[in-house]
Parts: sequence; C-alpha cells; structure tokens
Amino acid sequence: MDTVVLLSCTGLGLGALYFLVASGLSLIFGLMDVLNFAHGALLSIGAYATWWAGTEAGLSFWLAVPFGTLVGTAAAVLLELFLIRPLYSRPRDQILATVGVGLAVPALLMGVWGADARPFPQPAVLSGTWHVLGATVPVNRFVLVAAAALLLLALRLFLARTRYGLIVRAGVEDRAMVTALGIDVRKAFTLVFAIGGAAAALGGALGGLYFGSVNPGQGTGLLIFAFVVVVMGGMGSVTGAAVASVCVGLVQQFANYYTGAGLGDLSVVVLLAVLLLVRPRGLTGRLA
Amino acid sequence: MHRALRWWPIALLITFLVAPYSALPVPGLLDGPLGSPGSLQLLALCLLYGALATGYDLLLGRTGLLSFGHALYFATGLYATDLGMLELRLPFAAAAVFGVACTVALALLLGSVSLRVTGIGFSMVTLAFAQAGSILVQRNPGGVTGGEEGRSAPADLLPSGLLGIENTANLYWIAVGYLVLTVAVVHWAVNSPAGRVWEGIKENERRVEVLGLRPYGYKLVAFVLSGGLAGLGGVVYLLLTGGATPQAAGSDATLALLVMVVLGGSGTRWGPLLGGVLYTWAGHRLGDLANSATIADLPAVLRVPLSQPLFLLGTLFVAVVYLLPGGLARLPARIRAARSARAVRTPAVVRTARPTGGTPA
Repeated sequence: MDTVVLLSCTGLGLGALYFLVASGLSLIFGLMDVLNFAHGALLSIGAYATWWAGTEAGLSFWLAVPFGTLVGTAAAVLLELFLIRPLYSRPRDQILATVGVGLAVPALLMGVWGADARPFPQPAVLSGTWHVLGATVPVNRFVLVAAAALLLLALRLFLARTRYGLIVRAGVEDRAMVTALGIDVRKAFTLVFAIGGAAAALGGALGGLYFGSVNPGQGTGLLIFAFVVVVMGGMGSVTGAAVASVCVGLVQQFANYYTGAGLGDLSVVVLLAVLLLVRPRGLTGRLA
Repeated sequence: MHRALRWWPIALLITFLVAPYSALPVPGLLDGPLGSPGSLQLLALCLLYGALATGYDLLLGRTGLLSFGHALYFATGLYATDLGMLELRLPFAAAAVFGVACTVALALLLGSVSLRVTGIGFSMVTLAFAQAGSILVQRNPGGVTGGEEGRSAPADLLPSGLLGIENTANLYWIAVGYLVLTVAVVHWAVNSPAGRVWEGIKENERRVEVLGLRPYGYKLVAFVLSGGLAGLGGVVYLLLTGGATPQAAGSDATLALLVMVVLGGSGTRWGPLLGGVLYTWAGHRLGDLANSATIADLPAVLRVPLSQPLFLLGTLFVAVVYLLPGGLARLPARIRAARSARAVRTPAVVRTARPTGGTPA
C-alpha cells in the first residue's frame, strides 16, 4: 500500500512538472500554430537562473525561484519579439527557428557551466518528508503539485474571466476572425509566450527541487514528454493537458517500478500510440 | 558552354570516384591529402549524410511531412544489421538485407500509426517514437544493444575487402554508391505519378482529397520509402564506423538532418545533398577548431560560445532560416533576381536624370 501511495505521489509530482511545461506549449500552439521547440530551453534557462541566484548570487530559495521565473519570462518575450514575430508569414520557419534556439541555448549553458549536473539548493522546509497513509513522501512532490494546481486555476480564471483571456480563447478557435474584428492578436501572442515561458521557467526551478540537480539537457528531455502530453490532451486545451499530464506521470512511475527501468518511458509512447488509434484528435477532441 | 554545364553532376561523380587515387593536398578543407584514409573517411561520412538528407527531404521537402523521428530508421538499419551479425551470426550481406527489412517493417508499422494525425501532431508523434527507440537502445535490454557504448561489428563476418585502414577507399566507394542510389531513387520517385500526388499533398492536402485520392496511402509510401533509404544508410554507416553507437538514435541526429536539409534547401534536387556535406564537414572542422589554440587564447566571452559546436550550428541554423529562406540551393536564383531587379531600376534612374542634364542644349 505504502509503495502505491509513494508511486502515486511521485507520479503526480512528475505529472505536475509536465503540466508546467505542456500548458504553455499547448496554449502557444493553439493560438499561434507554433510548436515551440525552444520551450525546453526556456525551462533550462529558468532552472539555471534559479540555481545561479540560489548559489552563486547567494539569494534565499524564496527569492531565487521568482528570479528564475522572471528571467525565463523575459527570455520567452525576447524570443517572441525578435525571432517569432518577424516570421509570422512563414509558419514552418517559425518552428525551425525555435529548433535552432533549442539547440543553441543548452549548448551555451553547457559551455558556461559545464556538462555535469549541478546540485540544486534545497531549503530546509522543503527537503523533509511527509507521512501520508503510511508512506514517506518527499515534500517537494507536493510543492510541484500545488504549483501546477495553482497554475491550472490561474490559467482557467485568466481564460474565462479576463478580456485578454477571451481574445486568447477566440484566437485559438479562429485567429483570422479575431483579426477581422479589428483586434491586434500580436499582443496576445506575446502575452501567451510570456505566460508559457513563466510556467516553463517555474517548472525548471521546481524541477531542480524534484531532481535535486540541474543539467543542460534536462529541458530537452522533459520537452519530449511535454509534447506527448500536448498531443494526448488535444492541442490548445489547458484542461486536456492537465488530465494527460497526470496520466503520463502516473503511468510512467508505475510502469518504471513494476516492469523495470526504462519501460515506463516506453509505455508512455505506447499509450500515445493506442490513444491515437482510438481517438486521433486527443482526449478533448480538438483538431490536431 | 551551357550544354556542357548541364553535365556537371556526371563530372562531379567522376571526380568523386577517382578521388582515392589523388594525392592532391587541400589545405584548410581537409587535414591530409585527398586520397589519404583520414580524408576519405571524412568525405565518405559527408557523402553519406548528404544522401541521408536527400532521403529525408522526400518527407520534408517533397511531401511536406515534418518528421522528427527519422534517426530512428537510420538507427534501426544500423543496429539490426549489427545485431544480425552478432546475435544471429548472419553473414554481412544477409544481415544487411535483414537490417533494411527490419527498417521497412518498422517504418510501415509506426508510419501507419503516426500518419493518423496531421500537421504538427505528426511531428510530435514521430518525435515520441524516436525518443522511445533512443531510450530502448540506451537501456540495453538483455545486454543486446550495448547501452551507452554500443556494439562494434564482428570483424570475422565482414568481407575482408571492407576491413582495415588500407581499404578505406572501398568504403568510400560504397558511400558514393549509396549516394548515387539515393539520388536516383528520390529523382525517380518524385517524377513518378505518386510523386505528383506528394507535391499536391505538400501544397494542399484538402484539395488532393477533393480530387478523390486518399493522401494517407501516398504519405505512407513516402514515409516507408524514406525510412528504407535511411535504413540502408545505417548499413553504410555501420561499415564506415565499424560499430553501432546510441548517438545515431538520439533526437539530435534527426535535428541534424533537419538542419542539413534546411541549410541546403528543402524540396530541391541537390540542396539537401549540399547541406548534408557542408554540415558534416563543418561539424568535424568546428570540433577541431573548438580544441585549437586560437580559440583557447580568446577571452571567455568569445571562447565559451565558440567552443560549443552545437551552439554554432544552432545559431547558424537560425541565421539560415532568417537570411536564406530556401537554403543555399536557392541562393543563385535569389542573386539573379536581385541583380535583374537592380537592372530594371537602373534605367529608371538614368531616365529621370536625363532631362536635368539635357535642358541646356
């Protein structure tokens, strides 16, 4: 029983991490039709900025995380303004440009701080464990789940209750129509990129807590599972991404424990293949 | 003169074929003279990647399918051939057939699943499959794939003419042969009736459907053909490097192919080949450059980015996407267009200038 609880909590923590990456990815794709390959790089930037602030700059963890998130957001906005915006008329080239950034940024991080994993600062409050139903679960799992739940709530409120959320939702449905109504969608593009970058950078900062260290390849590794989550959840749907990330995180943890290391990652891909055969449009039935 | 220029591919091919007999030094481009084993090995790799990029462009540039999992089929050809020899004790020729057959079967299976989603969904699904393959190879199931270190090909089962440093020329010729085969197959396929449908799918899939054709089947044919060519490339790679390593299966390998195609010019006959050759050559030379003394003496601000080949390639890629849409292959046409635009503009300037200059008379 306690193994099941521990696996569930770890799986939920991992799923929360996937959601932090996938929610932004899904929104960006839904609104702009850009598959952001640089999203993993944004996560790495957030992770390294937090690590740098927490160790070399000597900030406390509670200041380092907002700092990392801010740096990631700024990077996302710069990426949108200087790389994506000039290529609006060439959608395929937008993807290719993000691929280039996705290659260059981890390489630069590796050049500056080395290829080895760096130990991540763990505040005493979050490094302990909690006893849940007889199982001993590290606290950082719950931190991740709480962050993801807050993000989901905030995103849903933003999309449902604010004027910009309305524009974003309308843009996901039909971008041309929104433009025809005289609304400048480009502001919404930058905004969505900023939100996605902030979520990914927060994921990077909290992912450092989860893995205990940061390394240059972490973002790219997580990005692939975030892609799986986005496809499974239905592209452009935040709630779908939340459901899918919980599924993927749980399946991965349980399969890794019960069938042997590595098979968890494979089972996620098999799950994706089965889902595509049954429902080619993902869980929420959105057009791919 | 123009007619003679049309035969340049044949002339280039003859140059490639006789290269091993030449001792021409190529300072700056290659380390040793042209016919030395080291240079031939690098040239063979360049040609191999040129051919792989040409095969990959069958999906990207000809059918409009952005696959992020092409390295999986390359790696399948590589590993299946290697393991066919190591585990099943097949002779090399049989193992090569086995490897390509495995690749085609896998491409058929995974292609039929991933083509159920269109557009970017397809890209993500192919990426996920390739990642699964990469993880599988690295986890070393049953000690078969050799994990991080890979498995080297058994010397006793390889033909003796393909072994040893003195036979590098034979391997080089095999790479040239693979390149010719790939270019011929792609050329033939693109000009076949199916090739016209691919072009239609690339331009507008909905209209192909309206014409009463099912794009799914045509896309699957392109996927399997391209995958099969990549599998054959894996066999050639096994001969060239003498073993299978997990780097061949990684997602970086597919991204490298993508960079090659875009650099050279996707959808053109020679662009991907040019891109593949340049990328591979640059990758090797940048690696040397990164370790050289000129870089080590630079201040940290310049030294750190310049010592990371992937950073340079990623930046180069972004620059090509921005400054050279259509890649290197479209560059002559763009220069010609720019020149003729200027030629049109110049008389206009002269005409407006003439009245002021001519009034005194």
